[in-house]
Amino acid sequence: MPSSGLLDTRALCIVLIILSPLSIAGLALLNTGLTRSRSAAHTITASLCVFAVAVISYTAVGFAFQGTAGGLQNVVVVAGKPWGWLATGTVFLRSVRFDASSSGLIALLQMVSIGLAGSIALGAGADRWRLSACAASTALLGAWTYPLFAHWIWAGGWLASLGGNYGIGAGFLDAGGSSCIQALGGLNALAIAWILGPRRGKYSQNGMPCALPGHNVVFAIFGCLLAMIGWVALNAASALLFYQFDGSRIALIAINTILTCAASSLMTALVTNARLGKPDSSLIANGWMGGLAAGSAACAFVSPFSAIVIGIVAGTLVPLAVEVFELKFRVDDPGGAISSHGVAGLWGILALGLFPNWISGAPHPGQLLAQAIGFATLVGFILPLTYALNWLLNLVLPQRVAREGEWQGMDLHELGGGAYPDFVTRGDDR
Amino acid sequence: MKLAGFLLLLSGWIVVLAAVALLVGGARAAFVLAGIAIEALGLGLAMQAHRVLGSERG
Repeated sequence: MPSSGLLDTRALCIVLIILSPLSIAGLALLNTGLTRSRSAAHTITASLCVFAVAVISYTAVGFAFQGTAGGLQNVVVVAGKPWGWLATGTVFLRSVRFDASSSGLIALLQMVSIGLAGSIALGAGADRWRLSACAASTALLGAWTYPLFAHWIWAGGWLASLGGNYGIGAGFLDAGGSSCIQALGGLNALAIAWILGPRRGKYSQNGMPCALPGHNVVFAIFGCLLAMIGWVALNAASALLFYQFDGSRIALIAINTILTCAASSLMTALVTNARLGKPDSSLIANGWMGGLAAGSAACAFVSPFSAIVIGIVAGTLVPLAVEVFELKFRVDDPGGAISSHGVAGLWGILALGLFPNWISGAPHPGQLLAQAIGFATLVGFILPLTYALNWLLNLVLPQRVAREGEWQGMDLHELGGGAYPDFVTRGDDR
Repeated sequence: MKLAGFLLLLSGWIVVLAAVALLVGGARAAFVLAGIAIEALGLGLAMQAHRVLGSERG
């Protein structure tokens, strides 16, 4: 691991990784604020449980499947070229060397990353996703789906090797996790929203959606600010550990991350003002998150101006995607997770191939193609995989709460007490 | 219709993989784009299938 002057990269990584769970705290607050008051305690409790299950399942088996670059892996030879598809580590981190190498730090960082990826689906399943089902679904994500894709892009797998094997750009690149954390989490959220179906009362008999507003927009907006700190740390730590940048790159990563979410949220405010007559707070929060998700992949590679452009596009895409999913496809996503993590994350992947490498000054020949291949893998393979796993899980452990639970509210039905016991919460009389 | 959508998604991905392994230059890029187009069709079909299912539920 390189050391750059005043900055010891290893110590810097540790500080960044310790800060990075703020991204999960921010997302938990956002999801809680955007759900109804009678499900607030359930949503924040589910955030804790999902994090706990994610880190344990990832530690138990996930990291063995993911591995690290240069480690042992299963290889399939296709047309004379080796395609690494799965690591051959051992369970419970036994293959990790806790020494001067970076493998221990990578395992620690990935525990936070999988916690964040698992929390994304809570936004889409809010108000109707049972706690036990959240935990079981996250275990599948942490033990199999996430490590599989993470191996392909960050541990010498076939997507990372596209450059070396086929001369396609520098291989698939993703500094902070637009693909592996954000898009994967967003596609998982889409699968969950499909399987759960919309909340009762969300759509009228003629198919028109009814507004079921979140109960605390202050939580949501504060969550955005908190998430930004965690995101900067997560992006920087990922870039340092997976692409061996030295500490001098951190300033650029932080500037780009902040600029992307700032531009995205402003653009969302403009779009919602144009379409609804006034800026919409919850959509601006989604736009902020969308900017963070979109900017993660390219934050270490592009100029600050490019980061602003990436944010502007993300801030346009997110509110439009929320509208299309809700009105046209009748996908009920209370937290806007599919749009702000899935759609924006997928945009972030492609954006890295569209903008030139600012540091080297050289264009990325073939980089857009490498990014498009990663994009196609997420949509064409990871989405069906995560849907199939959750569909099978739904057969043995029904994921949606019973009808009376939905009427009563998730807090009372699943936890026996609400987040706001001093206040009267409304039952659903529809 | 839902199953057909997911099969199209997988088919598009396999087209992309085949293009990476077997083709070079412009043909590779064209077939990767074709694979993504197939995936877009599959995604549209899966979305539509879930929309219909939602209507039937209630």
